[in-house]
Amino acid sequence: MPATLILREKQYEVRHGMTVRDALLRLDILPETVLPTRQGELITDDVLLQDGDVIRLIAVISGGADGA
Amino acid sequence: MKCRKCGATAAINMRHHRLALCASHYLEWIPEQTQRTIEHYRMFSLSDQVLVAVSGGKDSLGLWDVLDRLGYQTAGVYIGLGIDGGVRYSDQSLARCRAFAGARRLKLHTVDVPTELGASIPEAARLTHRGQQKPCSVCGLTKRHVMNRVALEAGVDVLATGHNLDDEVAVLFGNTLSWSTGYLARQAPVLEARPGFVRKVKPFCRLMERETAAYAVLRGIDYIYDECPFAEGATNLTHKDLLNRLEADRPGAKLSFYLSFLRARQTGALLLPGAAEAESDLHACVTCGQPTTAPGECTYCRTRRRIHEKREQRSR
Repeated sequence: MPATLILREKQYEVRHGMTVRDALLRLDILPETVLPTRQGELITDDVLLQDGDVIRLIAVISGGADGA
Repeated sequence: MKCRKCGATAAINMRHHRLALCASHYLEWIPEQTQRTIEHYRMFSLSDQVLVAVSGGKDSLGLWDVLDRLGYQTAGVYIGLGIDGGVRYSDQSLARCRAFAGARRLKLHTVDVPTELGASIPEAARLTHRGQQKPCSVCGLTKRHVMNRVALEAGVDVLATGHNLDDEVAVLFGNTLSWSTGYLARQAPVLEARPGFVRKVKPFCRLMERETAAYAVLRGIDYIYDECPFAEGATNLTHKDLLNRLEADRPGAKLSFYLSFLRARQTGALLLPGAAEAESDLHACVTCGQPTTAPGECTYCRTRRRIHEKREQRSR
């Protein structure tokens, strides 16, 4: 069973056993632009993905007129 | 990964600081860092009245929370831009600011742009053809004007905005690409007061966007998560993306770029001929009295007049 990463409306499936950071880089998601959470808790990106993990990614980048 | 302070499971790792912290130590670390920035750049003191510009987003509400916890005398100002975008964006933003202020018994000033300007921000951009299909230009212009006016009317000592390191570095990068020396001369953590201009400060200028977001999440601040409907494709998002690619490869690159720029600016290593003269050559707008670079009306008042003229033409 793969691990699932969710960013806004998109879902990505990756094999378990790799770190969250490796999964993000493989999906071309810049680690600096998201905060990974598991079961509602922030986790660091060195965490190894477990079988069936669901990782929700909080997008952190905002922009527009001046970013205020 | 373990928290460097207590050994508990870390909630966040900051590669550029080589520092991982658990939730409770992170919630202490952000106010400590903010206080260091306030002191380092001599932004304000506990006796000053601070007006915090809030949008309902993670940065501005996070900043207001931190300043309140540090014991500063704060009030907020929210500028309703009249942006709907199919998600009632401005209404949702205002609701979050009101809930935040209400829960902490803090004063919130609110300004409704459609009432003041005669049009919502998207309408104003369409009517005046500013910004090439994007309302970001008229939005920035309006926010700067209104924030300054409210701050002056409220008689506060300083206006604080939630600009973070990523915002500052993206602007610096853009102005460096175009070598806009006038803008480079004005970019700083503190913009001193001048006649007609309130003092402006950016206490989060050394914190990454990821760090301010983590603070808002861990503190349980209900901020507006959705992006402004008009932000997609904005130039500063392209710059942020490029800089984050650099940061992923070289942790600390963004902070180093920003701090090196500030040092160069302070020591005079950046030669900006004419910038100082342009700064001092200001006139009072004949309509609103706020300072403007050209004699006559300021850009905000010209924009407002054009909106009213367009409306009159259409009603004939």
